[in-house]
Amino acid sequence: MKTLWRHHRWWLTPTLLIMPAAILFSVVILASSVESLWISLHEWDGFGPMRWIGLDNYRELFNDPQFYVSLKNNVIWLVMFMLAPPLGLAIALLVNQKIRGMRFLKSLFFIPLVLASVAVGVVFSWVYTPQFGLLAIIFRFFGATAPAVLSDEHFVTFAVVTAALWPQTAFCMVLYLAGLNNLSEDLIGAGRVDGAKGWNMLRHIVLPQLTQVTFIAIAVTVVGALRSFDIISVMTSGGPFGSSSVLAYQMFEQSIFSYRFGYGAAIASVLFVIMAVFIVWYLSRIIRAEERGA
Amino acid sequence: MYPRPIPETAIWQRRLYVAVVIGILIVWLGPLFAVVLTSFRSMQDVMGGNLWGWPTQFGLIENYTAVFTQTPMAQYFLNSLIITIPSVIGVLILSTLSGFVLSRYRFPGNMLVFALFVGGNFLPHQIMMIPVRDLMVRLGLYDTTMALIIFHVAFQTGFATLFMRNFIAALPDELFQAARAEGATPFQTLVHVVIPLVRPALAALAILLFTFIWNDYFWAVVLTISDSVKPVTAGLANLRGEWVSAWNLISAGTIVVAVPPVIMFFLMQKHFIAGLTMGAVKG
Repeated sequence: MKTLWRHHRWWLTPTLLIMPAAILFSVVILASSVESLWISLHEWDGFGPMRWIGLDNYRELFNDPQFYVSLKNNVIWLVMFMLAPPLGLAIALLVNQKIRGMRFLKSLFFIPLVLASVAVGVVFSWVYTPQFGLLAIIFRFFGATAPAVLSDEHFVTFAVVTAALWPQTAFCMVLYLAGLNNLSEDLIGAGRVDGAKGWNMLRHIVLPQLTQVTFIAIAVTVVGALRSFDIISVMTSGGPFGSSSVLAYQMFEQSIFSYRFGYGAAIASVLFVIMAVFIVWYLSRIIRAEERGA
Repeated sequence: MYPRPIPETAIWQRRLYVAVVIGILIVWLGPLFAVVLTSFRSMQDVMGGNLWGWPTQFGLIENYTAVFTQTPMAQYFLNSLIITIPSVIGVLILSTLSGFVLSRYRFPGNMLVFALFVGGNFLPHQIMMIPVRDLMVRLGLYDTTMALIIFHVAFQTGFATLFMRNFIAALPDELFQAARAEGATPFQTLVHVVIPLVRPALAALAILLFTFIWNDYFWAVVLTISDSVKPVTAGLANLRGEWVSAWNLISAGTIVVAVPPVIMFFLMQKHFIAGLTMGAVKG
């Protein structure tokens, strides 16, 4: 037994070491995700037996007006969230100076990033409170009355996304600040000698060196946009009348509140397919980078 | 340096610059300041509609006492600690092991395993929600802190493995060749070479994980219902339902939720930033 172990430990030990992580991750995360696809083909209330109904959940979903509202809102989230990388870059450029006290000021800019999104939701539902909120005060200053944005189906999604942009911008800013600290001094110096200034300098000398950071910033922003759930749940619960719902929230609502687990799983599967397109693109990029490096 | 540094001799320019930055910072954090201020306000002040101005009457101690005595906030807070700390430790252990193996052993499917860890980490949470909830019900763990701990350890292991793998892969090869030349077993290599060297990565990872897990809301509402297991995030959402316009209490509750990650961040800022950028930029 002992010699057997000695002969094989060169591969047995690594296998044993990776097992706990691999098993836990496969069972809880990967197998569950696949199981959802299976559940989406059934009618199920979460307690009793599942009943096979084939693609009926999907058929119902594609005829559900709420599905298109949620999908449209997901697109609004994605598009508006793309403001986070440029805004983050702008703040990073603003604060990237070595002056006494700047380190502390910079770290204050990071705070939204570590706040719980529930807290961000509370903070902003308050900014938007009719009559007493900050928005109402600003409008009054200009002699106007602020709309009750969170109960207006035309404004609500924009208001919620604006709140979510706050921490997301801080995230991108952190990434860009790290990127700015790794710029090549030589290239910047050469650019300055050649008289590159302002926009040209940024566009042709700085941004090309930040491509990798921009890739990451866009990736985390896309994931953040598609994952949006907490803030919607806290600020509007998808309302008024589902007008601020997104796929993630609609899925939760259908499963947890209406006990339609099969239908919920179908919504989750659609969200998964959207995300999968993105994951495949992302993975192929990093694997290619790995292989170049190896 | 880019943008070009403001020269040290241009004192007025520097002062003006700092003033502008502070001005923007005030706008940036304005809503948060208001929440902090309101957690200091008395109830009368809130009833009078003063939510953004300087408090006319303070109720700092009353508000926080009320939050901790008249609401289950203290319980929620304790639950959050009970969930977050073991989860962070569990992820650190698992991901050090898996990161070590994935970075230092070439075996068929290595890249595939790695891709699964990374890819799984990007999945929308909703795709695993129903089976995970069902799994916890069947294990008898639904509505316990253990359910959340197991889920968080499993999920965060994906990101953490990516993180540790990249860190260990960047360690100098000579160390591992030397260990092999000395006849060290894989386990000895792990204990004597890897673990002493990954401490900074573990610190960075720990602070990130703490923030992620503490701030989780989705799984808290999916896997728990009782006040005795619910973490602060779900608790705060509850309080909002009950204390609709008692903004002073809600803001005190919000501060209670927000403070631990913010304190952790300021204590370990360097590690936090290094972690975020290492985890992300190296990907």
